Amino acid sequence: MLTYALRRLLLAIPTLLLISLIIFLMVDLAPGSPMSEIPRSIPPEARQKMIEALGADQPVLVRYLLWLRQFFLIEPAYLIDGWFGTSLGGGAQRILSWQSRAPVFDVIGQRLGQTMTVIGAGYVIAVLIAVPIGVYSAYRHYSWFDQVGTFIAMIGYSVPTFFTGVLLIVIFAVNLGWFPSYYDTSLTVTDFATFKRQVWQMALPVTVLALFHAAEISRYTRSSMLDNLGQDYVRTARAKGLLEPQVVLKHALRNSLIPVVTVLALGMPSIFGGSIIVEQVFKVNGIGAALIGAIVANDLPMVQTLTFIFAVLIVVFNLVADLLYGMLDPRIRYE
Amino acid sequence: MQQGGDIGATRPVLDVRRLKTVFNLGSAEVHAVNDVSFHVRRGELLGVVGESGSGKSVTMMSLVGLLASPPAEVRGGEVLLDGIDILKLTPRALSDIRGARIGFVFQDPMTSLNPVLTVGDQLAEPLIRHKGMDRRRAAARAVELLEMVGIPDARARMSGYPHQFSGGMRQRVMIAIALACEPDLLIADEPTTALDVTIQAQIIDLMQDLRQKLGMAVIWITHDLGVVAEIADRVMVMYGGQVVEEAPVRDLFAAPRHPYTRALLRTVPALDGARLHRLNTIEGQPPILFEAPGACSFRHRCDHADAQCACVNPDCCKVAAARDATDDPKSGHFVACHHVPALPGAEARAVAVDA
Ligand SMILES: Nc1ncnc2c1ncn2[C@@H]1O[C@H](COP(=O)(O)OP(=O)(O)OP(=O)(O)O)[C@@H](O)[C@H]1O
Ligand SMILES: [Mg+2]
Repeated sequence: MLTYALRRLLLAIPTLLLISLIIFLMVDLAPGSPMSEIPRSIPPEARQKMIEALGADQPVLVRYLLWLRQFFLIEPAYLIDGWFGTSLGGGAQRILSWQSRAPVFDVIGQRLGQTMTVIGAGYVIAVLIAVPIGVYSAYRHYSWFDQVGTFIAMIGYSVPTFFTGVLLIVIFAVNLGWFPSYYDTSLTVTDFATFKRQVWQMALPVTVLALFHAAEISRYTRSSMLDNLGQDYVRTARAKGLLEPQVVLKHALRNSLIPVVTVLALGMPSIFGGSIIVEQVFKVNGIGAALIGAIVANDLPMVQTLTFIFAVLIVVFNLVADLLYGMLDPRIRYE
Repeated sequence: MQQGGDIGATRPVLDVRRLKTVFNLGSAEVHAVNDVSFHVRRGELLGVVGESGSGKSVTMMSLVGLLASPPAEVRGGEVLLDGIDILKLTPRALSDIRGARIGFVFQDPMTSLNPVLTVGDQLAEPLIRHKGMDRRRAAARAVELLEMVGIPDARARMSGYPHQFSGGMRQRVMIAIALACEPDLLIADEPTTALDVTIQAQIIDLMQDLRQKLGMAVIWITHDLGVVAEIADRVMVMYGGQVVEEAPVRDLFAAPRHPYTRALLRTVPALDGARLHRLNTIEGQPPILFEAPGACSFRHRCDHADAQCACVNPDCCKVAAARDATDDPKSGHFVACHHVPALPGAEARAVAVDA
C-alpha cells in the first residue's frame, strides 16, 4: 500500500504541473491589471515604475517559471526555516502579494487558522449529527422520523448557504440579539470569557455549514445503509440470533460507511470552496475572504497560488479517498 | 438410503400449524403462505420442493421472524418448537432461538457472509451470543467447527475474509456458522443451488455426514428432485403458498397423487427427456395471490380441473397410510386435491412416466 501511495504521488506531479500552467495562463489572460485600482492622477512614469517593481512587466512564461521555482523550492525552504530556525531560504525572493507586498504564504498562514476552526467545526458537527440520523432513517425507513428527516435534508441541501446565513443573522443576531452578526477575527482566546465569546461568534457560521453538510451526509449514509440492510449477510447476522444493535451497527454500518467515508474525503477540498460564501456572509477573515479580496484587487500571485493550492488539495484528497477505501474494504488490495 | 421407520414415532421438533403470512404492500396484499402445516421429527430430513415463487422461503423465514416487517405479517398459525409456540415470543426471545436452536443456511454463499469481517469473527459471533463464550474460547471452538466442515488449514483461515474463499468453502463456512451452537433444527434454503455440480455433491455429503453425527432435524429446500430422492425422509410439495402434497419420500416418488406433483416429476430429465419442462410451457409462473385462495390455485394449469376446483379450495387430507406404517397419525400420504379418489394411486407411476 505504501508503494501504491508513493506511485500515485509521483504520478500526480505531472498532473499538478499541467494544472498549475493552465491556472497561471487563465488567471493571466483575464482582463484587468494590478494598476487599474490606482488613481489616474498618478503620472505614467511612476506607474511604470510600480509595475516594474512588482515584476508585472515580465513575459508570462518567465513569471510562470519564477513562480514555479518559488512555489516548489523557495517557499518550502522558508517553511522549514520557520519551523527549525534554519536559514535555507537565504534571502531568496518569495511569492509576494501585489496587493499587500507581503509574502503570499504568510497571508495564507494567518488566514488558514480562522478558516480551519470554522469549517472544521462545521464539518465535524455535520458528520456527528448526520451519520446517526442517516442510520436511523434507513433502519426505520418511511417512518415519520425518516419522512421529516428527508424533508429537512431536502431543504438543507437545496437552500443556498448565503440564504440560510443571512436568515440566521436576521433572526438570531439582529432580532433576538443572541449572537454577534459578524465574526471578530482579532479575538484571541486567553481565558474563559474570550473562549465563550469565540464559541458565540462561531455559532452561526458553524450552524450554517453544519446544516448544509449534514443534509448531504445524512442522505449518503441513509442510502448506503438502506442498500446494506437489504443484503443477504444482514439476514445471516439475524439468522445467527445477533441482537439488532449488533446487526445494524457492526454488520450493516461497517459496510455502509465505506462509500460515505470516500465521499467525505473527496468532498473535503470543495468545502473549502463552499466556505468562501459563508466567510463572506459572516465576515470571517479566512482563506475564502483572502481569495475574494485578491480577485477584486487583481492580485495575480495570490489568486494563482490559492487556486493552485485548491488543485493540490483535490489531488491529495483523491488519493486519501483511495487509500481509505483500501483500508476499510478488505476486498481491495493495492499492488 | 435409509428412511423413516425407527424415527416415525418420535415427537416433532418443529410442528407448524396453519401458518399464514401476508405481504402488506399498502395498495395490495400478497398472500404468500396460506394455512401451511407441516412437522419435522428429530433426526429427520424433510425435503421441500415447488416451483419458484411457491412460498418455500417465505414459509421458513416466517417461522423465526426473519422477514422484514413491514411488509411481511404473520397473520396466524402456530409454530411449536418442542411444544412451545415461538410466534408468541417477543422479538428478543425469538432471537435467542435463532442461531441457537434453529440454524439457517442460505442459497448464495457469495453474498451471505459479511465481506468486511473475517471468517473467524463471523463464526465466533453465535458462540459469543448464545453460549456466553469469551473471544478466546469462541475462537478456539470456531477452529474446531471449520475443521468439522472440512476446511483445510482451519487455524490460518480464521483471519481470512470471505472473498478469499471459494464458493464451496464459503458454503462450508455458512454450515459451520449454522451448526455452531448445535441446533435442534437446521433449515437449508437451496444450499447447493449456487454451486457447481461436484461441489454440490460434496456439500450434500457433508450435510448427510453431519446430520448423522449431530442427529438434528433438517428442512432442505431445493428444486432438485434428484437430491430429494437421495437424501430426504419425507417430502413436502408446495404450490401457490400451500402444501399440496406431503408423503414419505418413497411413497411420493412411487405414487405421486397431486396433478402438480406429477407434472413436477415429469420435468425430471431422467424420466423422459422429450417432455422436459413441459409444465413450464403450459403456463408461466405460479399465481401471485392477491387474496387468500378460495379455490384450488393449480386449477388453471390442471387437466382435471372442474367446477368444484374453481369454488372450493381442497384441504390437505390423508389419502393413504405410510408404507412403513406406524400408528403416528401425522405420518402418511397427504394430498390437497378434489380428484384424488378419481386418480388411482397405483397407476400414478405409470402416469408420471408416460402420460
Ligand atoms: N418482500 C416481498 N414483498 C412482496 N411479495 C413477496 C416478497 N417476498 C416474497 N414475496 C412473494 O412471496 C411469494 C413466495 O416467495 P418465496 O421466495 O417464498 O418463493 P420460493 O418458493 O422460495 O421461490 P424460489 O424457489 O425462487 O426461492 C412470491 O410469489 C413472491 O411474490
Ligand atoms: Mg426461495
